Amino acid sequence: MNNFEYKQATDAIDATDAVAASEDAMFIAGGTNLVDLWKYNLVHPKLLVDINHLHNHKHITELENGGLRLGALVTNADTAYHPLVEERYPLLSKAILAGASPQIRNMATNGGNLLQRTRCYYFYDPDVPCNKREPGSGCPAMEGYNRIHAILGASDQCIAVFPSDMCVALAALGAVVNVSGNNGERSIPFTDFHRLPGDAPDIDNHLHHGDLITSIDLPVRGFAQNYSYLKLRDRHSYAFALVSVATALELDGGIIRDARLALGGVAHKPWRMHEAESVLIGRTADEATFAAAAEVILADAKGFKYNNFKIELARRAIIRNGMMALNPETQLPGAQPSA
Amino acid sequence: MVGRPVSRLEGKLKVTGAARYAAEYDVPDLLYGYVVNSTITKGKITRIDVSAAKALNGVLEVITHENRPDVASVDLKYTDMDAPPGVVFKPLLDAEVKYNGQPLALVIAEDFETARYAATLVIIEYQEEPFETCLDHNLEKARKPEKGLATMLKPPPPPPTGNFEQAFKDSPVKVDSEFRHGTEHHNPIELFATTTVYEGEGKLTIYDKTQGTVNNQLFVANVFGLHYKDVRVLSPFVGGAFGAGLRPQYQLYLCVMASLFLKRNVRVVLERKQMYPFPHRPQSYQRLRFAADANGRLTALNHLAISEASQFEDYVETVAQWSHKLYPAPNTLFEYKLASLDLFTPLDMRAPGGVTALHAIECTMDELAYEASIDPLEFRLRNYAETDPVTGKPFTSKALRECYMRAAKQFGWEKRSPAPGSMTRGNKFVGYGMATGIWDAYQFPSRVEAMITQDGKLVLNNAVTDIGTGTLTVMTQVAADELGMPMENVTFNYGDSKKPFSMFQGGSSMTASTGVGIVVAVKALKKKLLKKAKDIDGSPFKNVSGEDVAFRDGSIFLRRSPSVSVSFQEIVAANGGRPVKTTNMGAPHVLKLRKYAKATHSAAFVEVEVDKELKMITVTRAITAVAAGTIINPKTARSQITGSMVWGISKALHEETILDEKLGKYMNQNLAEYHIPVHADINELDVIFADERDDLINELGVKGVGEIGLVAMPAAVANAVFHATGKRIRELPIHFDKLL
Ligand SMILES: Cc1cc2nc3c(=O)[nH]c(=O)nc-3n(C[C@H](O)[C@H](O)[C@H](O)COP(=O)(O)OP(=O)(O)OC[C@H]3O[C@@H](n4cnc5c(N)ncnc54)[C@H](O)[C@@H]3O)c2cc1C
Repeated sequence: MNNFEYKQATDAIDATDAVAASEDAMFIAGGTNLVDLWKYNLVHPKLLVDINHLHNHKHITELENGGLRLGALVTNADTAYHPLVEERYPLLSKAILAGASPQIRNMATNGGNLLQRTRCYYFYDPDVPCNKREPGSGCPAMEGYNRIHAILGASDQCIAVFPSDMCVALAALGAVVNVSGNNGERSIPFTDFHRLPGDAPDIDNHLHHGDLITSIDLPVRGFAQNYSYLKLRDRHSYAFALVSVATALELDGGIIRDARLALGGVAHKPWRMHEAESVLIGRTADEATFAAAAEVILADAKGFKYNNFKIELARRAIIRNGMMALNPETQLPGAQPSA
Repeated sequence: MVGRPVSRLEGKLKVTGAARYAAEYDVPDLLYGYVVNSTITKGKITRIDVSAAKALNGVLEVITHENRPDVASVDLKYTDMDAPPGVVFKPLLDAEVKYNGQPLALVIAEDFETARYAATLVIIEYQEEPFETCLDHNLEKARKPEKGLATMLKPPPPPPTGNFEQAFKDSPVKVDSEFRHGTEHHNPIELFATTTVYEGEGKLTIYDKTQGTVNNQLFVANVFGLHYKDVRVLSPFVGGAFGAGLRPQYQLYLCVMASLFLKRNVRVVLERKQMYPFPHRPQSYQRLRFAADANGRLTALNHLAISEASQFEDYVETVAQWSHKLYPAPNTLFEYKLASLDLFTPLDMRAPGGVTALHAIECTMDELAYEASIDPLEFRLRNYAETDPVTGKPFTSKALRECYMRAAKQFGWEKRSPAPGSMTRGNKFVGYGMATGIWDAYQFPSRVEAMITQDGKLVLNNAVTDIGTGTLTVMTQVAADELGMPMENVTFNYGDSKKPFSMFQGGSSMTASTGVGIVVAVKALKKKLLKKAKDIDGSPFKNVSGEDVAFRDGSIFLRRSPSVSVSFQEIVAANGGRPVKTTNMGAPHVLKLRKYAKATHSAAFVEVEVDKELKMITVTRAITAVAAGTIINPKTARSQITGSMVWGISKALHEETILDEKLGKYMNQNLAEYHIPVHADINELDVIFADERDDLINELGVKGVGEIGLVAMPAAVANAVFHATGKRIRELPIHFDKLL
């Protein structure tokens, strides 16, 4: 960990200007990921721009179109327990609460959650090769211990997965990310925010240096009647997903009128596929229907030595979670499987 | 007080943060050391450039193999009390790199942050050599371990009896199974740390995280050529160690070296990641072949165990022979081997060897019970050993049957339907599994100084640590009872190498060791007090003997007429105000005990639920019954057992250090990825203590409870998973996806 300068930003422009001006500047929000990366010598910011005092971005507000705006600096905990989120976007609330620990969620911010780095073991160890950390150095995960790695959308450069739970729900809900950058403000649909590794695995998303996430907009429809988030992992809490599923349905007497389906823990970004959702629409909400959607979304899945199980596990999880979405009230805390 | 659930005396200090740990002592003009670890697994340092680091403001020195001060050149000087046969590893000795993460330099700066940053500026170039780190791919290299001092506590397996191969062949019921365990690290929450206070020419006071103050005192004195009386090691609070503190660790060595080199006070704290190139539970491979006759009586036992060793030391565990301490069989064959790998030397980790072995043994017993179509508990009872099957000697006590019966009853074992997958709850399979546990009943010599001070109170001194087990509380209870005094008038000083000798705290031995030391010392103190009482002018005790008097509430009084008494305060006053004191050694009754076998026992019963499709495993409840002699403090003892039950669940389902054999290093060197159970993984746990009276084992009738709660658990969980799913997963931890 290196020495650095510290600056407290007063507003979004102040913050973006400060970071854009220097290659070695970084924002710090909750610090729950950044400080670890720093202590492991994976990042070396010389200027730290503290955005925790950007008061305009610390609120959750209703939008005129009936949606909801989540300030980038609202904590994950405050978001999950916000009455409007709980009432209108319970899928998001569940997904957030399935992640990390209460202490971390109390610090972690919504903006930071989108930008957390992968948990790939090889990425976190600066003494071994990693294409994501050092493009061109190689990927020991492919031949190594790849239990937690990708089965979808990986490249021959990188098989890391994006670890967020919150983002799986945001992808399913069709959120929009609002960004303030050097060239003004812009909005990015959630599914276009993160990118696949391709031949530039070091780049996680479509932001530019100095871009500040100011907020995340949720559309009007929150699927509050029929939704479920299921997270499968190596212990019952405080572990990243091996596979997670966000399912949101709009039902009409047992028939699916609209559907959202997104997977976490399987790819370099939250994995949502419209073709799989189309399979669901118009059909009876039952195991056979969810199995059909699973076939489509997993059609191109490819496993490695230690994570091959994820393909079958994801298939079963999609089916179970579809059924769980029919009875959201029976769901258990921590996104555990229920009947 | 003995038998009462007294709360920890130091509990408030710990929960309020007032307790000081090794890295927390305020010391003036302190320097901070930060370790630079090797990034390769094997080879040589070809260049080490510290100039950039040294040029940094606030950096005082960078010690490497090139400029380190002289240390002892004789290997023997490095041999701590727990050193296995071989040559102890010496940090910064030369340019050779023997394992990944090996400490190669110590940066010393005026503050921690500067030292840590400067460490990133040290440039090291290597010439790499090929290495081997995976046991499974090196099993053919396995060989007999070297013998040495450690062999005394961990004897090699006994010679074969009968004719195993023939008996195995001829037996109608048999099982042949292989078990594999990966590496585990102790991962105590408190980071390993040392604060060395330089007291002037050759004198040091050292606050160290250790399980053995005297062990580390002698190590430092020997290695750095100091007089042992000039080295004082203090370790009053230890935030967990689980065996990792049984030997001096590298932060101690480097911290002392820096302190002597710079003649300054120095602190070295390891980061979590720096505690992985460290002692650990070794990788192991086991093959068990057990056979029984048509009536379900064991006829043949074969246990082959192969463990990992380093290239420089033969760390051994007792693995292969445990089955025969539990079950009689006429034909036995036990083998234990090591394969040397390019890793640091393993070390005892809670129930070393025992928990490794018992997982394999008790899963094999379960399998055999199924082969013989006998209920697993009934199968154990049919093979119950009334005397030690190995030697034929009687046990000093053995209430294992009571453990089985009481735990089975409370658990509801009779409700179990034997067919795998036959019990369900909603969309979950329910599995019941059980297993037996056994562990040694060690006692080491321990010297205790006991004294009555001017205020008539009892003070005890002993070098033992309290690694969080409740030692302070339990020792105070024992002393209070022995002298008939309330606990608040007893002070037990510990965690200090200056106090009379104690072995390191390991092997579940301390209550027996220092506890007996206290009994012996307080008994002697009583004699001395009576003698001093007699010496008082006009003493009413002049012509009485020991049997005629009793000790209560700080006085001696005549049994016949209790109104005749003299207080300890008066005795000390008559002694010229000087404390009345005595120092005595408590030791095991080796000669008497030679005629007996001794062990603690346990029985664990576990219920799991396994999701029918997703296969996620939940341990919904577990009961462990323990037979460990007298339980001095049911509260702290229960904590030991529930804590080790959690550990057992961890070992069965969660815990693993991931080794990448191509890189030759551990990949999950942090507590986010090194999984241990969290609250959501732990449900109902219950503990039963069997009524086990043991008048033979020692003065207190105690056997120790630190490890016995762990040994049976992994097998009980694995057997429950089998009962739920019909799948035998013989590799730990059991990843739920193996059940898909
Ligand atoms: C042990 C552990 C377990 C965890 N488990 C889970 C889990 O199970 N599921 C899960 O989803 N997450 C988990 N997390 C991750 C956690 O959710 C993230 O660390 C957290 O959301 C990051 O938010 P932060 O505010 O702390 O970000 P920081 O650490 O402050 O920042 C992260 C990155 O984002 C940048 N950044 C932050 N805010 C902005 C902004 N507004 N605009 C532009 N850039 C910004 C920073 O510069 C930095 O690069 C875990 C974390 C830990 C440490």
